[in-house]
Amino acid sequence: MIYRETGQYKTSYESDQQLFPILQDKAFILIVLAFVFGAVPFLASEYLFRAILIPFLILALAAIGLNILVGFCGQVSLGTGGFMAVGAYAAYNLAIRLPDLNLLVVFLLAGAAATVVGVLFGLPSLRIKGFYLAVATLAAQFFLDWAFARIGWFTNYAPSGSVTAPAIRIFGYTFASPVEKYLLVLAIVCIFALVARNLTRGAIGRSWMAMRDMDVAAEVIGIRPLYAKVTAFAVSSFFVGLAGALWAFVYLGAWEPLAFDVNRSFQLLFMVIIGGLGSILGSFLGAAFIVILPLMLNQMPGWLGMELSTALISHIEVMVFGTLIIFFLIVEPHGLARLWAIGKEKLRLWPFPH
Amino acid sequence: MKTSIKLKVAATAMAVAGALGLAQEVSAADEIFVPVLVYRTGAYAPNGVPWADGFVDYLKLVNERDGGVNGIKLAFEECETGYATDRGVECYERLKSKKPVAVNPLSTGITFALTEKVAADKITLMTTGYGRSESADGSVFAWNFPLLGTYWSAADMLVQHVAKKGSLKGKKIALVYHDSPYGKEPIKVLEEHAKKHGFTFIKLPVTHPGVEQKATWLQIRQQRPDYVFLWGWGVMNSTSIKEAIAVSYPRLQMFGVWWSSAEPDVLPAEAAAKGYNGITLGHSNERAAPVHKDMVKHLYSKGKGTAAKKEQVGDVLYNRGMLSALLLVESIRSAQGKYGKRVVTGEEVRWGAENLNIDAGRIKALGIEGMMQPLKTSCRDHEGVRKGRVHTWDGTTWSYTSDWYEADSKFLRPLVEAQAKAYAAEKKITPRDCSKEK
Repeated sequence: MIYRETGQYKTSYESDQQLFPILQDKAFILIVLAFVFGAVPFLASEYLFRAILIPFLILALAAIGLNILVGFCGQVSLGTGGFMAVGAYAAYNLAIRLPDLNLLVVFLLAGAAATVVGVLFGLPSLRIKGFYLAVATLAAQFFLDWAFARIGWFTNYAPSGSVTAPAIRIFGYTFASPVEKYLLVLAIVCIFALVARNLTRGAIGRSWMAMRDMDVAAEVIGIRPLYAKVTAFAVSSFFVGLAGALWAFVYLGAWEPLAFDVNRSFQLLFMVIIGGLGSILGSFLGAAFIVILPLMLNQMPGWLGMELSTALISHIEVMVFGTLIIFFLIVEPHGLARLWAIGKEKLRLWPFPH
Repeated sequence: MKTSIKLKVAATAMAVAGALGLAQEVSAADEIFVPVLVYRTGAYAPNGVPWADGFVDYLKLVNERDGGVNGIKLAFEECETGYATDRGVECYERLKSKKPVAVNPLSTGITFALTEKVAADKITLMTTGYGRSESADGSVFAWNFPLLGTYWSAADMLVQHVAKKGSLKGKKIALVYHDSPYGKEPIKVLEEHAKKHGFTFIKLPVTHPGVEQKATWLQIRQQRPDYVFLWGWGVMNSTSIKEAIAVSYPRLQMFGVWWSSAEPDVLPAEAAAKGYNGITLGHSNERAAPVHKDMVKHLYSKGKGTAAKKEQVGDVLYNRGMLSALLLVESIRSAQGKYGKRVVTGEEVRWGAENLNIDAGRIKALGIEGMMQPLKTSCRDHEGVRKGRVHTWDGTTWSYTSDWYEADSKFLRPLVEAQAKAYAAEKKITPRDCSKEK
């Protein structure tokens, strides 16, 4: 009843091609944006910012990047952690070697560095497909891990291989408090989520999806596989690299290559699969599921006043988390985003489903 | 329905926020809060568990036996990090709301991540026997306390020990290390020593978690180094020792750092590990000190102990956890000496840790005679003491097999200062003038 588009006439192509053609959707998004920008900074505690919201947002950005590659273009990648590391170390080297460079530029250049590496490792995707490509990107992951652990120049010859990011200073303003960092990350993530959404709606996104659905047919109708696949790798790596730079600078502050190991790649792939392949919203839902749920499970016994041993809580956390992953994949193999879409479809008919 | 979803989300968010808020109130104002970052699960649990048991037991003992520190009870809460840096940072943020005075994360990786955070949050970062080696220079690292010894001290003492067996010129020393900030710490000092003594230094990294070391030990079989130094943690240690047995590398020529020479490392190989050595952090598996008797009397006989069995009281890592907690408690006591016998703040505890003076008499009074050497910290030196002996596994227990070594300050101090200076330059920190600190 509330969610119904009756009476919303679209009289021009522009109005039909809007990002959110339904008025209620638009209102909902605006309310959410107003809430996260306007209300959350006043409501949330420091713990929520530092330990939950900031990592959630950054990993959501990385998941969007991976979703472009896996969900929209159908190229399975296990090298996401490595590309995040490229972004992180590129940003680190730029920031310490060119201290006067604006940090926003540093982040964008870090994304660009990841793009170059991503394209390099994406080129074989023209010849190898499916599981074989997954293995090839896994090689990228291990190579990049190795490079950042072994080549001293990348870490500025830090004796222990651990590097620390400089303070986040943009246009003379230092982002020090968790609220400021949250707003910075939130703004970047919102902008790039919008970019990703529009890219996937446009011609380039359609060519990716055509490649995903059937590459031979796509080639027949005039889509160049080289262009489509390489752009998907490039755009995806840019997002992932940017997320890596943010992860290192804003969230961790100090890191070693282990922060971007193969487990990070798997974590991001799980986010994309659970959240929903080929959906920007799904990237956010998946990131929320993977980042926030384990922490909530870990603290649940404490909230309920149960005195359990630390080891037992950790074991329960892993078991319940695993069960929930299986549960959601059985209930809706297309991910949480699909659940959301089904909910919307039902809501359109409600309360008169027939 | 849309609004109801939103309401539900909002309600959940509020419930979460409320729960977090409640958690803050639990910590009473008349207690000193100590966060306990531990790992009781995962690949590092065999070593993490005894340390955590010792740490928690000592805090409990102070509450039970003495009624707190000068009458102020200690509150604590465990948080599982799994030795993962991001989870460790999350734990730190989670427990930060309870106004902790000092944190001891038992992970060099987490130490690196927290070094800047603790300075901003005014929480003392105690890293007993681990952490960043250059943080021994307190003028730059005001909040870090690598008490009892750093990895550089450990590497230096190990080189002293093997140099005593005969000139190192032309010999080969291999370092089998955990490929993380922890394992990489000693490399710099060993490289310097290689130049000084003229030995060949071979670096052999082992990737986390360290259960796959066939390739590493194949290299050892090929290169036949005269000595192998082991810088491992968790299951990596026992795997290394088993691999050494498999390629029949003599255990007598193997030396572990103090994190690689405890019961969980040698027990899987039992008698075959016989002859394996390790440098100690001033203590081994002492079991009959007065403090252990107190543990049994006040905790284990009442069923309040943390360890699964009271036989575990006095294991190497149990003792290390206990001494880590003891130094934290002594820092609180030292702070109370200056600021009054009340609930002290993190800043005051930092002063306390910087002005520790635990002499032989105090060591005896604490009931840990023979487990710690006199320790004195200052603004310049946050390490306090850098002495150790070598202990050797005889198949059933550890026993000391060398005299005391003291890390060579003349050799190490310039390295520490150079590294700290580089850090200060990178972070634009102005080092404190230690002559003006009181």
